[in-house]
Amino acid sequence: MQDRKEKGFAFLMVLPSIIAVGIFVYGFIGWTTRVSFSAWRGMNPDYTFVGFKNYIDLFVNNLRFQIDIKNTLIFTLVFVLGCLIIGLFSALLLDQGLKGESFFRSLFIFPMAISYIVTGVVWRWLMNPASGSRMSGLNLLFDKLGLDFLINSWTSTPTWGIAFLAIPAIWQLSGYTMAMYLAGLRAIPDELREAARVDGASELNIFHYIVLPLLRPVTLSAMVILGHMSLKTFDLVIATVGKQLVLDMPSVHMWQITFDGLQYGTGAAISILLLIFTAVLIIPYLFFSLRKEVTQ
Amino acid sequence: MKRKSITFVIALVLISALLLASCANPTEAPAPAEPEAPVATEPPAAEEPAAEEPAATGGQLEVFSWWTGGGEAAGLDAMIAIWNEKYPDIEFVNAAVAGGAGSNAKAVLATRLSAGDPPDSWQGHAGQELIGAYVVAGQLEPLDELYAANGWYEIFPETLIPLISQDGHPYSVPVNIHRANVLWYNPKVLAEFNVAVPTDFASWITALEALKAAGMESPLALGEAWTEVHLFETVLLATVGPDAYNALWAGTGDWAAPEVTQAIENVKTLMTYVNTDYATLSWQDASKLVADGDAAFNVMGDWADGYFYGDVDGGNLGLTPLEDYAWMPVPGTQGVYQFLSDSFVLPVGAKNRDAAIKWLELCGSKEGQDAFNPVKGSIAARKDSDKSLYNVYLQSAMDDWAKDVVVGSLAHGVVANPSWATQITTDWGAFVINFDVAAFQEALVASCAALGPCGE
Repeated sequence: MQDRKEKGFAFLMVLPSIIAVGIFVYGFIGWTTRVSFSAWRGMNPDYTFVGFKNYIDLFVNNLRFQIDIKNTLIFTLVFVLGCLIIGLFSALLLDQGLKGESFFRSLFIFPMAISYIVTGVVWRWLMNPASGSRMSGLNLLFDKLGLDFLINSWTSTPTWGIAFLAIPAIWQLSGYTMAMYLAGLRAIPDELREAARVDGASELNIFHYIVLPLLRPVTLSAMVILGHMSLKTFDLVIATVGKQLVLDMPSVHMWQITFDGLQYGTGAAISILLLIFTAVLIIPYLFFSLRKEVTQ
Repeated sequence: MKRKSITFVIALVLISALLLASCANPTEAPAPAEPEAPVATEPPAAEEPAAEEPAATGGQLEVFSWWTGGGEAAGLDAMIAIWNEKYPDIEFVNAAVAGGAGSNAKAVLATRLSAGDPPDSWQGHAGQELIGAYVVAGQLEPLDELYAANGWYEIFPETLIPLISQDGHPYSVPVNIHRANVLWYNPKVLAEFNVAVPTDFASWITALEALKAAGMESPLALGEAWTEVHLFETVLLATVGPDAYNALWAGTGDWAAPEVTQAIENVKTLMTYVNTDYATLSWQDASKLVADGDAAFNVMGDWADGYFYGDVDGGNLGLTPLEDYAWMPVPGTQGVYQFLSDSFVLPVGAKNRDAAIKWLELCGSKEGQDAFNPVKGSIAARKDSDKSLYNVYLQSAMDDWAKDVVVGSLAHGVVANPSWATQITTDWGAFVINFDVAAFQEALVASCAALGPCGE
């Protein structure tokens, strides 16, 4: 009896946020879905139902959306792998109990405090592809250091230019990945390592058979968090490379075609696809972590 | 037990979300009235009641723009000063929205329009950017009477009027005129390399080739995406000529024609002379390459004059015209004035319609235009403005404006509706990946059919 009363009260307390989330998240998702099935183009809303036409048009014969998908895949792969590898490596280094650990820890995490716009503008200068007398940024540095083989055209590289856009993103978020790994490493009880050492395992074996498996949940979390961030990347693209078709991303496409091109139906379809891509990544993760919490 | 309660909460969230979503629909319906089928080109019937307030002495005038900085804001301030002098009892409300070269302002405006709360007048690029968005949506009133009453049909260039009209009705009042087809060059560089100023397209290519052969890496300066489209539109105009150019945008021309192929070939040739880092440069960066002597030529609108000429404290270059920098129409477009313009409109349902009409009269008047333009760095749309107020470049532009054939700009919203213009920008982006001329031309044909007037 007491229990039920308490529950009712708790429910009342969360009710406002349930309503707000219901309207501002799920309501608007529903609304956008409706627009994505409509022929809406121009200033006046036009809800004429056209079925999956907007979606089909995106996948069939739409060069720009193909570029979007290719770029998203390359960017996500380079960005997530880069963050994981650099993050894990720097976490392992910091975990060696060196002097001034907290200083380095803060140093590596600081880039995360900067907004993508600032990162983008700075890296736009650093990755300037100009050559000859107008060479600047990193290319100039490489030139002065005699590292000429490192000089390249960065994001202007044909086909793989988008991979270079992942560099600023990695710079910004590998510190965050490091913090996650560091927490994971600290949670591994020393007894396990000691027991392994007693059994005669080498440090490499300990890392391979004990540390890495125990870090798997951290890796999974980091992958999901970084992965969904990369799908939604917008500000970094705009600030670093502007609106170039060859370096287009779905979010930029959506923004341009909706607010410059007034093609609301197509824009809504792109946002729904983005939502689905993100959901494919996140829902299984939420499902598993929720189930784990419940069984605990 | 715990598991059950979580399932319960999730179920509740979903159910309430569904309920809310279904409730939301009917409330949205009344606002935009009937889901209008594409209104096409029909002019909006003027009978739609323009919720007028009884002839307001006193009251307000709300003017919406994205003029929040630089010469634009200063020019607007100059006009507001005249307004306050002429109509001291009508409060001028400056509803300017900053950010994104107008993108933010347009989004805010769209929200206000769909909520049935238009500002009394707003600024937009004259031509299809306004017509293709707001006129086809029935949100603007035609201004025939205002044009007739103020003699604007005579005082604005004859070839300008059709470009800012739909079905013979003008829909906006241009306050300023910019020119898109200007080739800026560095006379010192040309003298140093002993290269003559080009006279036509072929001699321009010869000049570029000579500069490149003499060791100049990138004689033609270029910037980010929209400046590339800007270059393309001027080359298109230079290649096909003003009549065919106008026909292409009107839907009566043939985008598959060999002249268009030639235009694409020409711009492809030009692209071999540009700086490699063009995609990451702003237009100022590109102009500066010419000023610094790293490049000889740059095609940019005449706002570049403000950047070359303006004083160093204002972040400009402070150069001497005709000595440090000089200009000519893009070779092949002599005698043609490819314009773009900021203009003001009269929305259907303006709350202070009388005040808005007074504002538009000020925008089109000699007094208003001569207050705004010298500060903004543009010329007046009127042919009778006071030349002594303007600088060297602007005076030469005024001479051309009075006698040239006027055509519209693509990159700046005159000739193509927003959907079409965005698509052409996308097509151009695909073109610079592999420079496939045939594919680009096919894309242009398809864009005109899908989003432009060719499909009609």
